Formats: sequence, C-alpha cells, structure tokens
Amino acid sequence: MAQTTEQPVDSLDPGLGEIEIKGMTRSSFILRGALAAGGLYGLGAVTPFVSAALTETGGGDVEILNFALTLEYLESDFYNVKGTSVGLSGTAKGYAKLFGEEEADHVNALSAVIKQMGATPVAKPTFVFPVTSQSSFLSLASVLENTGVGAYNGAAPSLKSKEVLAAAGGIVQIEARHAAAIDLLIGKSPTPNQGFDRPLTKAQVLAAAGPLIKK
Amino acid sequence: MSGPPNEETAPQPTGIVERLVRDDVDRKRFLKLAGSAGAASFGAFVLAACGSSSSSKTAATTAATTSTSASTGTGDVAIVNYALTLEYLETEFYEKVIQAGLFKGKVGSLIKDFGAQELTHVEALKGTVTKLGGTPVTKPEGKFPIENANQVAELAYTVENLGAAAYLGQAANIQNAEVLAAALAIHSVEARHAATLGTLVKKSITPDGAFAKPADMSTVLAAVKPFLA
Repeated sequence: MAQTTEQPVDSLDPGLGEIEIKGMTRSSFILRGALAAGGLYGLGAVTPFVSAALTETGGGDVEILNFALTLEYLESDFYNVKGTSVGLSGTAKGYAKLFGEEEADHVNALSAVIKQMGATPVAKPTFVFPVTSQSSFLSLASVLENTGVGAYNGAAPSLKSKEVLAAAGGIVQIEARHAAAIDLLIGKSPTPNQGFDRPLTKAQVLAAAGPLIKK
Repeated sequence: MSGPPNEETAPQPTGIVERLVRDDVDRKRFLKLAGSAGAASFGAFVLAACGSSSSSKTAATTAATTSTSASTGTGDVAIVNYALTLEYLETEFYEKVIQAGLFKGKVGSLIKDFGAQELTHVEALKGTVTKLGGTPVTKPEGKFPIENANQVAELAYTVENLGAAAYLGQAANIQNAEVLAAALAIHSVEARHAATLGTLVKKSITPDGAFAKPADMSTVLAAVKPFLA
C-alpha cells in the first residue's frame, strides 16, 4: 500500500477504492444506438463489433498463432523482466508475478502448438517499455491486457482449426481476467467496452504494441 | 423476420433448454445425441423433443422449419438459446441483488453495471436467435439465495465463472462466424466480471490457472438447476 496509485480493492464493502466507471466508449455507443433504433436486435446489433473481426484477412492459423505468440512474448517480458526491475509493491507486485507466470505459460503453449502444426515459432523480439514507476507500469499493463483481449477476439473467428480456436479461447479468457483486475486496481472500469468486448484488427493491435517492439 | 422478438405469451419450442435443465432423462438423451454426431444432432434433438411434447403443435412445426432452413444450422440456434437462458438467469440474479440493496457506493455501481451488461447480452442473443430463423427461449424464472453481501458476491463469482466456462465450451461448436465473434465478445466480458468479483471476495482471479477450462452443456445445466424456480 505504499504507492498512491494502488487501490484497496481487497475489501468488500465501503473499503473498496475509487472505481471510476467510465463513460460510454465508442463501441458501446454504437451498440446502444443500434438497440435503441428498435427492431435492430441480434446480429444487427452486434455487427459493428463483429465486422472488425471478420475483416481480418486470414493468413492461416500459423500466422495468427505467431502473431499471438509475439504478443505473449511482449506480455511475458513486461511482467517478468520489467515487472521485476521497476520495483513493484503490494497488490501490483503480486499481480505481476502471477500474470507473468501465466503469460509465460501462454508463450510455451503457443510455441508448442505452432511446432505441432509443423511450423516454426517466431523468435522473441527485443522490447522496450517506457515505464519508470508502478503507476506507469500498471497503466501500460492495462493497455497490453486489453489489447490482448481485442487481438484474440478479433483473430479467433478466422482460425480454421477448432482445436486452435478452443485453445485461443482458453487464453483470451485469462487476458480478460488480467485486464479487469489491473483496471480495477488503477481505478478504471473493469469493462471498458461495456457488455461486448471490441475485436481489434491486426493493424489496431500493432498500433498499440508496435512501438514497444525494438526489433 | 425483422419484427421485434415475440413476447413470452405463445408456447415456444425453446423452453427445451430449460427443460433440459429440469429433466435428467431429457438431458441424458440430449447428451447421447449431441455426443454421437456433433452439432447436427442439436437439430435432431430439437425435433425429437418437440415431437414428444404434448404442449404445442406450433412448437414442433417451428422447430421443423428451423432445422431445415438454414446452413447456419440448428446447432447455432440451440447454442445461442442455451446462452440466452444463462444470460436470462444472470440478469434476473443481478436484478434481485440490486433490489436487495446489499451493495453501496463503488461496489454497488459495479454490480449495477454488470447487471445492465447481462441485459444487453439477453437482448443481443434474443435478436440473434431470431435472425438465425429460430425462436428465442422463454425467460426462465429463477430463484436465488440472497442473504448478505459476502454470500451474494461469492455466488456472483461462481455464476460468472460458470458463464465464462459455458461460452468457452461452445466456441468451437459454433458454425456461423458472426455468431462466434459475438459469443467471443460476450465471453471475455463474463471473464472480466468473474475476475472483478474474485478480487472482491478475495478469491482467485484466474481459478483455472493460465488456461481457462471450458464447461460442457451438461455440467453447466446441472450447475444452474438449483437456480430455476
């Protein structure tokens, strides 16, 4: 509890820290607009979300898996390397340790799947994280985890293999859990996209993660 | 098919999911069918169940039409109706919790937010079933033990974990890519709810570890059975 950025989320009742419920995001605005328009339920209502996912150009399961692997390398290094060097305390330290282990598990699992498919896992890039404090660490963690959720949700419908899809689903759920816990800790909404997480295109993911990849 | 979904007045074939929850025999029959031939069996089951039902000729006819109509398949309609049943229960649960006024302040805001999000899931899924040419399930009547804040938060944590596992368990069975994308968009929100509640009740954010475990339909239906009135 040394850091001012930490929120006391570990008590149930009034002790819960300030959790700002953010205003509507663009995507939730679209959804609500669609619902309010009347008669536009169902696929019509969610189409603004899924259209982004479906514009993903295939490239095949291996390409998608290698892209996911790059993101997992990024998250793993972020927690396990930067999380150690930046000097975390309290809940943030605990999260970085736990989440770092889980991201490393994702790296290993994705590498194994890619090999099983007869392909070569991408090499781990070198990353640079513009982080100097617990506060900036947690802010970037929020961006990375939420980007991870959108990346998997965006790419998953393009996967051909049902087995790979199931595996990706098992991973994205964990990214979503990490994202919510981090956001709660820093006083943001744990559901930034309201009821429907927004799928991201590869270009959108790269816009967020690209600057962190040195080479 | 562009009109609003039917209100819950007419007999509907899709109380089937609810009946599966209640009736062990139906469930076993369902599982046998589902297990034997995959998604296509959903359609066979819907027909079989409706045919043996004394309730409604309309129901059987609707189901027959549905099963023969689209390449999106009865499989997806059955899956989305299953998800809709779960979302109905979650929505009612949060409504009851909010009515009970057990949570104030920021936690209260989160609970309200989650309840509102479950309702948007209900609306989207209902519309999805209709778009797929099916009939949305009727809203089941739930019953939930609501005693105190801590017990309710624990129950919410359990319910959300189950919901996330239920979506994960169906992802690979969904045929239509748009339905899959919608299910994924909901799946990760259930996960966010579960994780948030985990922090509130001091339980694991990731109870399954690094890889979330799916739950199949029989497991989920058995787990929600106590919450049906």
